[in-house]
Amino acid sequence: MKRLDALRGPVPPRAHDARAVAALAANPGCARRAVLDAAGVDKDGTARHLGFPAPFGQSQFAITRGNVFETLVKENGCAELLRLMRELLGLPVAQVGYQDVENVGSHLRASHTRALIDRAARESEDSAVFYDHPLFSLEIAGHTCYLEPDVVAFQLGGRFHIVEIKSFAVIDGQAEPEKVAAAARQAAVYVLALRTLMAELGHDPGRVSHDVVLVCPENFANRPTATLLDVRRQLAVLKRQLTRMTRVDRLVEDLPPGLTFSLDPDSEGVPTRPAAELAEALARVPARYAPDCLSTCDMCMFCRDEARVCGSTDLLGRQIRDQLGGVSRMTEALALAEGTAEPAGDQEEVARLLRLANRLRQECLA
Amino acid sequence: MSALTALARLRAVREGVAQPIATVRHCHLSDRPMVFIPLRMAGEAAAPLGAMVGTDPEHPRLLVVPQPRNRDLRFAFAAELAEVLLPYIEGFGKTTETVEKRGGEPYERCLDAPQILVPNRPAAAFTGLLGRSTRFRRAEGPYPVHPSVPLLGRWLTYFADRSAQPGSSLLLAVTEVLGTHWATGQSSLEDANLAALLGWIDPPAGMDGRRAAQEAEDPLLWPPAGPATDPGFDNEVLAPAIRAYEEAPTSRAVERIAQALRSQLEPAWRLMWRAVELLRALPEGSRVAGRWEVDRGSFTRFVERIAEGAPPQARRDGAVSAAARLAGLERARAGYDVQRAYDDPLVMAEYRLTGEAFAGVVTGAEPEHFEGEGRSRKLRPLIRVRTDDPVRLAPGTAVGSPDRRGHGAEVLGFAEGEILLKITKGMGRGKVPAPGSVPEPGERVCYTSLTDDFQSSAALPDPENTPWTHGGPPQEYVPDDDDAQEEWS
Repeated sequence: MKRLDALRGPVPPRAHDARAVAALAANPGCARRAVLDAAGVDKDGTARHLGFPAPFGQSQFAITRGNVFETLVKENGCAELLRLMRELLGLPVAQVGYQDVENVGSHLRASHTRALIDRAARESEDSAVFYDHPLFSLEIAGHTCYLEPDVVAFQLGGRFHIVEIKSFAVIDGQAEPEKVAAAARQAAVYVLALRTLMAELGHDPGRVSHDVVLVCPENFANRPTATLLDVRRQLAVLKRQLTRMTRVDRLVEDLPPGLTFSLDPDSEGVPTRPAAELAEALARVPARYAPDCLSTCDMCMFCRDEARVCGSTDLLGRQIRDQLGGVSRMTEALALAEGTAEPAGDQEEVARLLRLANRLRQECLA
Repeated sequence: MSALTALARLRAVREGVAQPIATVRHCHLSDRPMVFIPLRMAGEAAAPLGAMVGTDPEHPRLLVVPQPRNRDLRFAFAAELAEVLLPYIEGFGKTTETVEKRGGEPYERCLDAPQILVPNRPAAAFTGLLGRSTRFRRAEGPYPVHPSVPLLGRWLTYFADRSAQPGSSLLLAVTEVLGTHWATGQSSLEDANLAALLGWIDPPAGMDGRRAAQEAEDPLLWPPAGPATDPGFDNEVLAPAIRAYEEAPTSRAVERIAQALRSQLEPAWRLMWRAVELLRALPEGSRVAGRWEVDRGSFTRFVERIAEGAPPQARRDGAVSAAARLAGLERARAGYDVQRAYDDPLVMAEYRLTGEAFAGVVTGAEPEHFEGEGRSRKLRPLIRVRTDDPVRLAPGTAVGSPDRRGHGAEVLGFAEGEILLKITKGMGRGKVPAPGSVPEPGERVCYTSLTDDFQSSAALPDPENTPWTHGGPPQEYVPDDDDAQEEWS
């Protein structure tokens, strides 16, 4: 791990969150992101220093609304949540306990979560317990990440549910599909983390339900409503991507010795490293840019610019890249289409298609 | 995304300007469209912040909600929006034509219909949500609202529903329309930004598309065209202005918010009209008028429904109406795809690429070829077509042609790079083919297996006969006070 610390520089590592894991799983071929995340590099600060800040910002209106909603759901020991769970799971829950894991110091939270979950799994009595602010760990590409969900785990009769609180509205039983999909991907990360923990403790991981409880405001009001969300598909995708992911230690091994992404902060924390030098260091770890990165990764603008400079077909989106199967440069694809370049061995088919497309376009636009 | 579009995008990158992927315009464009750019408060489902709306590019109307969390102010906004939209919409309901229907009663149809243009798909969805949050309100009883509010809600719902119908032009999302006519040098994800998309299609003088698009990504130069606002604007400009209004709700405080929103909406307003100009410059496809006729018919029926005092649209479709809606959407999608290909050789080229269509030159024709004997003797002219296209049509496939209306043929077989076709439709009733109905040698022709034949609608039971497997007959909607009081916070 010394190597990862050297890559990061003299600053504390950034914690992973489920969103980051989900984003990484969405683009498992990106070595740059895998290494930066594993080393706990502050990607946002790095992108800013490079002059390519990510276009993400959060409106204070959205933040306020999100916080108000979360407080509403969790206040009085999750009383509102209990009502929802009773209705949703049809359980005759008489009493409910509430454990805020955040009560202990941050360095103890992971072991505290572990102990609490272990105890809950051993006791098979019918009392229900909410666990607020648990801290899970998950091994990503051979590197342990800690996840700090602001979600709650709910345990009843030894069966666990992940509860995810989101502030987008469910209107007449429908919500924006992209937001639900993002929530499901994140929740799948927590389910996987909790199952891993159960397995480590020697319990049956199947006791963690794949049905996640999604709590959202109903219609146009602030009143919460709960829905069960089956995340089996997202779990399968996540597991597959995580196993496919090149192990970070292998990636790091191949890097030149002495390489670092440190911003060389001065005593005030202001970066002093020349941006060009940092960019050069980053270029040593290949990225796999896709336009989807624009909504998930802090480094997106830097990688997009890099893809532009080398004229990569990745710029135009995955569909086009797949359409151009195996041709990585835009100029190369154009040359194949216009017949100014000979196709290499495996490019025969795509070249034929492109030449036909070229002829058809010429014919129609003449 | 076909290889044709991929190629157009590659060219766009090289040329620095968007490339056409259509030779004609595939949507109706009104002489007097209503441009509507709504803004939503971040984090809220359907809280309007404001909107810019109007039919005159020189005189937009700016509507503002000084405190979006205040329910009364929201309904005041809805009433104000109704003041602009309802007279426009209702104006089209007044002049009608009588349509004679073969084998049916003649009916009335409006001569023209309203057209609303919004910047993008989220704006169309937001229009639907505004409709949802206003159509169940009532003018009397608890929490009364202005009578125009529920009416506006029903119209907004109608337009938003209609925009899901392929080929309908009653409500158009401009980025989508531009995207079906031009391919840019960026990804389709980035095309969702109206300013960037127009930067590629119509870059300012002395700038290439990429630079223009990059500039367009700066929210300070080009604020997003809604409904989501720029978070920087929210935090630094809007939030302090709203706070000032809360402390002292004076007209000066309102004006400050109006100024702030105007700065966000005006650039988008100009872009919308620029897009209208660009689309207007394209010649209209020949089947666009037919689709607009369908839109006019649909609009007329909704005008009549409202006049009859029908209840607001249900929150969710019942089983039968959902099945009918889905079948209708599928039919519309299939018909729209075929019509676009018939109207536009560049769209047809997509099907030639996949072998579902081909174009070539007629090398031989036998116009007076007959099949059968005696009474069943039929005129079946034969033609041979030479083509370089990779045809994938099996013998026996029925094909149509965009060159001649009502013309139909059947693929007989292939020989030496030529296709043998038998003409089966569109020769007239005479003993010999009507003049011009059989392609002559040397003529360029195009044939495709896509056909826009009439499809009858799916056979579905009446809603009252919904089987128990599908939840039984839906409950009839009875408006109640709960609906009218629904929170909107």
